[in-house]
Amino acid sequence: MRGATHAKWAACAAAVALAATACGGGSDSGGGGEAGIVSSSWGDPQNPLEPANTNEVQGGKVLDMIFRGLKRYDPKTGEAKNFLAEKIETTDSQNFTITLKDGWKFSNDEPVTAQSFVDAWNYGADVTKKQNNSPFFSDIVGYADVHPEKGDPKAKTMSGLVVKDPKTFTVALKEKFSTWPETLGYQAFSPLPKSFFTDHEGWLKKPVGNGPYTVDSYTKGTGMKLRKWDAYTGEDKAVNGGVDLKVYTDNNTAYTDLISGNLDLVDDIPAQQLKNVANDLGDRYINQPALIIQTLTFPLYDPQWSKEGMDKVRRGISMAINRDEITKQIFRETRTPAKDWTSPALGDKGGFSATACGEACSFNPTEAKKLIQEAGGLPGGKVTLTSNVDTGSHRDWMDAVCNSINNALGEGPVCTVNPVGTFADFRNQQSSFKLTGPFRSGWQADYPLIQNFLEPLYYTGASSNYGKFSNPDFDKLVDEANRESDTAKATAKFQEAEKILAAQMPSIPLWYQNGSAGHSERISDVALNQFSVPVYDQIKVS
Amino acid sequence: MGRYVIRRLLQMIPVFIGSTFLIFFMVYALGDPVAALFGDKAPDPATAARIRKDLYLDQPLWKQYLHYMGQIFQGDFGTAFNGQKVTELMASAFPVTLRLTIVAIAIEIVVGITLGVISGLKRGKSIDSGVLVLTLVVISVPTFVTGYLLQFLFGVKWGWVRPTVSPDAPFNELILPGIVLALVSLAYVTRLTRTSIAENVKADYVRTAVAKGLPRRRVVTRHLLRNSLIPVVTFIGTDIGALMGGAIVTERIFNIHGVGYQLYQGILRNNSPTVVGFVTILVIVFLLANLLVDLLYAVLDPRIRYA
Repeated sequence: MRGATHAKWAACAAAVALAATACGGGSDSGGGGEAGIVSSSWGDPQNPLEPANTNEVQGGKVLDMIFRGLKRYDPKTGEAKNFLAEKIETTDSQNFTITLKDGWKFSNDEPVTAQSFVDAWNYGADVTKKQNNSPFFSDIVGYADVHPEKGDPKAKTMSGLVVKDPKTFTVALKEKFSTWPETLGYQAFSPLPKSFFTDHEGWLKKPVGNGPYTVDSYTKGTGMKLRKWDAYTGEDKAVNGGVDLKVYTDNNTAYTDLISGNLDLVDDIPAQQLKNVANDLGDRYINQPALIIQTLTFPLYDPQWSKEGMDKVRRGISMAINRDEITKQIFRETRTPAKDWTSPALGDKGGFSATACGEACSFNPTEAKKLIQEAGGLPGGKVTLTSNVDTGSHRDWMDAVCNSINNALGEGPVCTVNPVGTFADFRNQQSSFKLTGPFRSGWQADYPLIQNFLEPLYYTGASSNYGKFSNPDFDKLVDEANRESDTAKATAKFQEAEKILAAQMPSIPLWYQNGSAGHSERISDVALNQFSVPVYDQIKVS
Repeated sequence: MGRYVIRRLLQMIPVFIGSTFLIFFMVYALGDPVAALFGDKAPDPATAARIRKDLYLDQPLWKQYLHYMGQIFQGDFGTAFNGQKVTELMASAFPVTLRLTIVAIAIEIVVGITLGVISGLKRGKSIDSGVLVLTLVVISVPTFVTGYLLQFLFGVKWGWVRPTVSPDAPFNELILPGIVLALVSLAYVTRLTRTSIAENVKADYVRTAVAKGLPRRRVVTRHLLRNSLIPVVTFIGTDIGALMGGAIVTERIFNIHGVGYQLYQGILRNNSPTVVGFVTILVIVFLLANLLVDLLYAVLDPRIRYA
């Protein structure tokens, strides 16, 4: 019978489909249950997990657990303290001699030597290795040989790095950079074991480092199990048995798992849940400033924004923005109204100043209107704000900022929003200098230094100077600060440079971004560091 | 029959090429993926150029497409930015989503057809109106609302199930997400079945079967239902593809690492190999499901023949 043969075929197809899917099986309860283990939310790292290739929080989280570098930023104060480095000496702020402490090992028992650092740095700088963080090595002599702008590298190693003996190496910088040792707490400067170079594939599958945790298993896109490394000799031994990082596709889902007891720690509270968080978690909710600032940058490459007298308009727009209201209403105080171009996470000693922006950053609609009218009004009578709107409530705050500006000026809807669908598309328009109105720029510092908030963003021709701001006095002060060997004096110079930003207003500081986290009753002593990453090794499990 | 299948398979080729090209073009239009790799920082030009060269992004679009298709025919779907082969991603994602789809389809078939038959036979009665109102409600509520609501009620408030699905995603954990995913289609299946049954119940062959004195059960299952199922099967067939691709919302809510998740990540990160690769497979699934539906017609109605 015809029908019957067809039916047989259909049944076979179904059987094949079922067989293909049956291989998943097996249940893994994981959850917030295993004794002594913290379970924590995670996002899939964007790039392969190599120290010099990781530039976002999710991968950085892991590196922070499995690596220790020459310096480490104190999670509380942000101060860069010697860690693997016994001492870092210099007489001229340009040539440094680095001596390592005894007794450090990778978790595969290989000792950490000067060579481990030099090899790792050369690898990070090598253009053929395509490491995102290569520019961090650009201060070292010989960088251009391993990382030419075009063509193949002339050398495999940087001539500025010389190994003296297993415990000592020297670094020659191209220019004086007094605070350079302070940058060495950044993860791109981590040492690497030999297996990284000999069995790269294998290493990426199961990274080996020298930190308080070792990687027990890693399933890309799903999660990573980290376990306490018992032979770790550092002073920051893990106080818990390990951390299970679980990949969540949506921070709402992670939050749901937290309040239903399946997860111990969420380090990103979804915006929609902020109104419930006090009720749900009480004092298990953490909300503290991180090294992140959001600004509106003006396209100064466009003459209509940079011509004489426009600084008044720029300041006026800044004064027309009601930061207090917006951070309260839209971000529910997970943002702090900005008072300068750095971050409170730097601390007063590190260069944060609550007065640097002064009047220009406080809401004053009448003064705003006056300033803008004096300077002849907005260019073309209008202003358009641009940002990607795929994450971070960007659409909401841009609407609010525009409302604020429109209300202050009272000239009708002169401010409009230009929403860009994806981050990639926004980056394209931004980095090809196509935008003709103020655009969002977010900046997360790599190390808690005022230098990192100013130089890459506002120095003439600097890598992330998307508005093409250029001011000889500003550049001069930055150069002087970098030459200054006394840290306090260098910081003061940077703050002086910041005053130029306050007068010129190449970008409007909007708000500092806080780190927000929530945790279960099982764990205690949860804190975030300045990068809004939980300090995992100090978390206690009851 | 054999020739029919071959002809259908050959017809798939232009559809396949056309759809992959469209997807390729659309992903490309989303912007430069390499710029986004560097986060808020400016991409280092030399490094970015190397990455572009490796990913073939420095070539004109048509060359990129040819290169990509050439790779695909060798079974190489390229590499995602995190260094994972796209084929690896597929191997981990498709079984999960397939399981979810099977749960959803099973629920659709069992619940949807049963409800449809009942209300179709009791046309105009209160049970019929009840089903109609209920399905209307289900259709009008978006999936993410039912998803979060059911997750909250069953997972958080009453604690009957885990609110999220573990990485292995075994069948028993997929029942709740399966229901969420199935709900809207289930309502359509119910309504389609109901209408079809209500129409055919007055047909001559049903009257004949009743007149022959066949038991009511046999009349309904063998005569009435079998003939009424053709539109329903058509719908379910196309729905297989739609469910697999459209699981993005459901998978996000329940943290299921399936096709929807990979597609979402791929789009967010502008990762063309992932997006195009996954959509290509989805296109094939869709085409095959449609072929299967057409072949099933003959099982349901032997009068249908393929030349």
